[in-house]
Amino acid sequence: MGIADLKLFKIRGGVHPAENKSATAGSKITPIPFSERLFIPLQQHIGAPAAPIVKRGDKIFKGQLLANSQGMISAPVHAPTSGKVIAIAKYPVLHPSGLPVRTVIIEPDGDDKMAELITPPADPFSLEPEEIAARVAASGIVGMGGATFPSAVKLNLRQRYQLETLVINAAECEPYLTCDDQLMREQADEIMDGISIMIHALQVKNSIVVIEANKPEAIAAMQLAGKQFRNITVVTVPVRYPMGSEKHMVQTLTGKETPARGLTADIGIVVHNVATAYAVQQCIRHGWPLIERVVTVSGGAIKNPGNYMVPIGTPVSALIESAGGFTSEPARIIAGGPMMGQPVSETKAPIVKGSGGILLLTEKEIAQKSTMPCIRCGSCVTACPCGLLPLEMANRARINDLDGSAKFGLMDCIACGSCAYVCPSHIPLVQYFNFAKGALAEKQRAQYKQEEIKKLSDARSIRMEVQAKAKREAMAKRKAEMAAKKAQKEMEENDAAEQEASA
Amino acid sequence: MTATTISGPYTHEKTSISRIMIWVMLALTPATAFGIYQFGLPALWLFIITILACVITEAVSLYIAGKPIKPYLFDGSAILTGWLLAMTLPPWAPWWIAVVGAFMAIVVGKQVFGGIGQNLFNPAMVARVALLISFPLEMTTWVAPHHLFSEATPGLIESLRITFDLQNEFDALSGATVLGYIKTELGQGVSLTSIWAEAFNPVNFALGNVSGSLGETSAILILLGGLVLLFTRIISWHIPVSMMLTIAIFATLFNFIDGEKYPPALFHLLSGATLLGAFFIATDLVTSPVTKAGQLLFGAGCGALVFIIRTWAGYPEGMAFAVMLMNGFTPMIDHYIKPRIYGRTRKGEPISYEKVPEND
Repeated sequence: MGIADLKLFKIRGGVHPAENKSATAGSKITPIPFSERLFIPLQQHIGAPAAPIVKRGDKIFKGQLLANSQGMISAPVHAPTSGKVIAIAKYPVLHPSGLPVRTVIIEPDGDDKMAELITPPADPFSLEPEEIAARVAASGIVGMGGATFPSAVKLNLRQRYQLETLVINAAECEPYLTCDDQLMREQADEIMDGISIMIHALQVKNSIVVIEANKPEAIAAMQLAGKQFRNITVVTVPVRYPMGSEKHMVQTLTGKETPARGLTADIGIVVHNVATAYAVQQCIRHGWPLIERVVTVSGGAIKNPGNYMVPIGTPVSALIESAGGFTSEPARIIAGGPMMGQPVSETKAPIVKGSGGILLLTEKEIAQKSTMPCIRCGSCVTACPCGLLPLEMANRARINDLDGSAKFGLMDCIACGSCAYVCPSHIPLVQYFNFAKGALAEKQRAQYKQEEIKKLSDARSIRMEVQAKAKREAMAKRKAEMAAKKAQKEMEENDAAEQEASA
Repeated sequence: MTATTISGPYTHEKTSISRIMIWVMLALTPATAFGIYQFGLPALWLFIITILACVITEAVSLYIAGKPIKPYLFDGSAILTGWLLAMTLPPWAPWWIAVVGAFMAIVVGKQVFGGIGQNLFNPAMVARVALLISFPLEMTTWVAPHHLFSEATPGLIESLRITFDLQNEFDALSGATVLGYIKTELGQGVSLTSIWAEAFNPVNFALGNVSGSLGETSAILILLGGLVLLFTRIISWHIPVSMMLTIAIFATLFNFIDGEKYPPALFHLLSGATLLGAFFIATDLVTSPVTKAGQLLFGAGCGALVFIIRTWAGYPEGMAFAVMLMNGFTPMIDHYIKPRIYGRTRKGEPISYEKVPEND
C-alpha cells in the first residue's frame, strides 16, 4: 500500500516552533571513531538497572552481554566494541542532576572484534511471537524515541490487551532533530522489514507509519519501500508540536483519546519509534544487540552539525569533538530537542540508548527574556494540548499549594512545554510543574510510608492485646484450678475429720 | 557556560509583554492620529499629558512599592493605559482631568492590586467611570470637529490656554455626541425618523466626522486597528464578535418591536465606543477570562449591558460601566468554565469506551 486516504482528526492546542532542521536535514549518517573510553551505564531504560556479569579486567568482544536485565521491566546492556573492562563504578549520566549511576567502563582495544552473536532465524515469520519478543529483550532494545521503555515488554502487551494496530512514530516534531528523518531516507527497506516483523510479534492487523509533512524525502523513501507490504501504510500528518506525543498521534489517527492514566493499548494501539523498528530488524535479521544509534548534533555553536552514528557509551565531549567542536561558547548544551530535552550538566556523561540529539545552543537561539508577572493572557490555555490551565497550575505551585495544582490537572500534564513556549511573560512554567510533581510524589511516598507504619503498629497493638488477654485467661484458669483443688482438699480433710469424730 | 539548571523549553516564540503593548498601540495609531487631526491641538496636548501622567504615576508607584522600576515601566502597559484613557476623554478636557484620571487608572486601577496582571478591573475604565461620576460637567462637554489645518481650529497659544483651563477667547463650537443627542431627543418624545434626518449620516459616522471622544468617532479606523490585532493574533475573535453580535441581536429585536423608539443595529455598532470597546477595551488580557468559552460569555454580557444602559439607563454611553461590571464576573467565569482535560470526561473521570463485543 502507499498513502492511505486516512481521515485525520484535529488535536487541541499545540505550537509551531521554528524547525531549524536545515543544518542537518539530508546530512548523511556519519560514523565516528570509538573514543578512548566507553561508559555503559547499567540503567539506560525505564525499570530496574541491569546486573553486571563481567568484572574488572575482563576481556570483552563487540556485542557481548555485559549486564543482565533484572525483573519484568528491565533491559540488558552490551559492549559496543571489543576491549577490556577497566572498572564498574559510579559515573555521571545525562540527567539534569548530574548524579552518578553504576557504569561499566571499557577501554577499546582498536580491533573491534565481534563476539559470537545469536544466530538469526532463517524466517522470522515462522517464529512464535514470544520468541521474537525474547530475542528483542535479549538484544537490549528500548524505545529509541527517548522514553527508553523496554520494547520487548511493549511487544508482549498483546497478552493483556486487544491490539489492532501498530503505529510507527516517525513524526520527529522536536526542532533541530533529524536522526529519524535521515534513518528513514537511508534505511527505508530495513525499517519496513522491521515493522513487518513487529506486526507478526504483536499479532496485529496492520501498521501505520506516521511522518510529519516537513519530511518529504523520508515520506517518499518509506512509501517506496512500503509498496510491497499490504498491511503497512505511510500517513503524512500536519506539522505541529507535539504531534510526536503518542497520545496525540493516536488521537490524530483515530479521533479517540487515550483514557487518563491509561495506555494507548486501552484503545487497541501500540506505538513504537521508527528507530526502534530499525533496531528490531537489525536484531532479528542479523543478531545485533543495541550498541549504537543515530544522534543529531546541531545548534548555533557547533562547527559541523550533522547526523552521526554514535556507539553507545561515547562521552558527549567526544561526540562534540568529532563534530568539529565549538564555534563559540554555547549558552546551553541540551540532550534531546529544545522543547523537552534535558540540560547536560557534565559533558563527560555518555550517549545512551535514548539520546536522539545533542544541541549546542546560543543565547539568540534560546531567546529567553527575563520573567515578568503573569498577565492572564490565556495563551498557555490555548496552547496546551491536554486541556489544562497552566497559569493556574503554576500559580498554585509557586505558593506550594500542591493539591491545588493537582486539582487543575497537574498529573495529566505531559510536560511538552507548549505553554512555556508561548508565554509572553517568559514564565518557566515547566519548571514549576516539575517541582510540583516531584514534591507531590515525595509527599505521597511519605504518606504511604506513614500509612504502612500505622498499619504495622496497629497490627502489633492487636497482637500484644491478644497475647495479654491469653495470658490473663491462662492465669485466671490456673487460679480457678488451684482454688478448686484447695477446696477439694479442704473438703476431704473435713470428711476425714468428721469420720474420725463419729467413729 | 554557567546557566542555572532549569527545565526547558530552550526556545521561545518571539513574544513579550512589550511586543503585545506595542502592537495594540500601533493598531490605535490611525484612529488616534485622525482624532487629533479632527479636534486640533488641544486634543494633542490632552493625549500627551494623559500618557505622561500615567508613566510618571507608575514610576512613583513602583518606587513606593519597592519594585524594580526599569522592567515594569518600559513594558508598555502604563503608556497603553494612558493612551486608551485619552481615547475616551472629551478631546478639549482640561489638563487636570487627565492627571486625576491617570492617578485613578494607575494607582487605584492597577498598582494597589499588586501591579501588572493582578488588577480586577480595566484600569482605563476605572479612571473613566471615576471621572464621569466626579466631574460630570467636564466629562460631558463635547465639541464639534475643528479640523487641524482648517481656519476654525485653535492656534498654538489658544490651544494651550484651552487645555490648561486658562481664560481664552476662543469660540468653541460645542456639539453633543450622537448617542447623547439621540437620548435627549427620544427622552423628549421625538420619533427616530425625524431624528435620523438630522443626526444619522452613516458615512459621517464611519469616517468620523462627528462629535465625541478620540476613540468614538472614526469607526472605520478603529475597525481597521481591530482587524490588525486579530491578524497578528494579539487578541482572538471571541470577545469582539460575541459582544457586537449581542448588541446587534438586541438592537434588531427591539428595532423590530418599535422602530421609532429603538435605533437599528448598524447605528449601535457604528456609534459611540462600541468598536473601541469591542476590540480594545473589553479584550484587555488581564481582566477578561482565559478560556475561549469564557470569553464568549464575557463578550455577550458586555454587549447586553451596553445595550441595556444605552437604551434604558441614565447615561447615553454604557461601555465603561458594562466592561467594569463584566470584569467583576471574570473570576467567576474562570472558576466555572474550564476546558475538558484530555482523556477525561467533563466531570474529571477517565473516559471509557464501550467494549465492542468480539466478532470471530
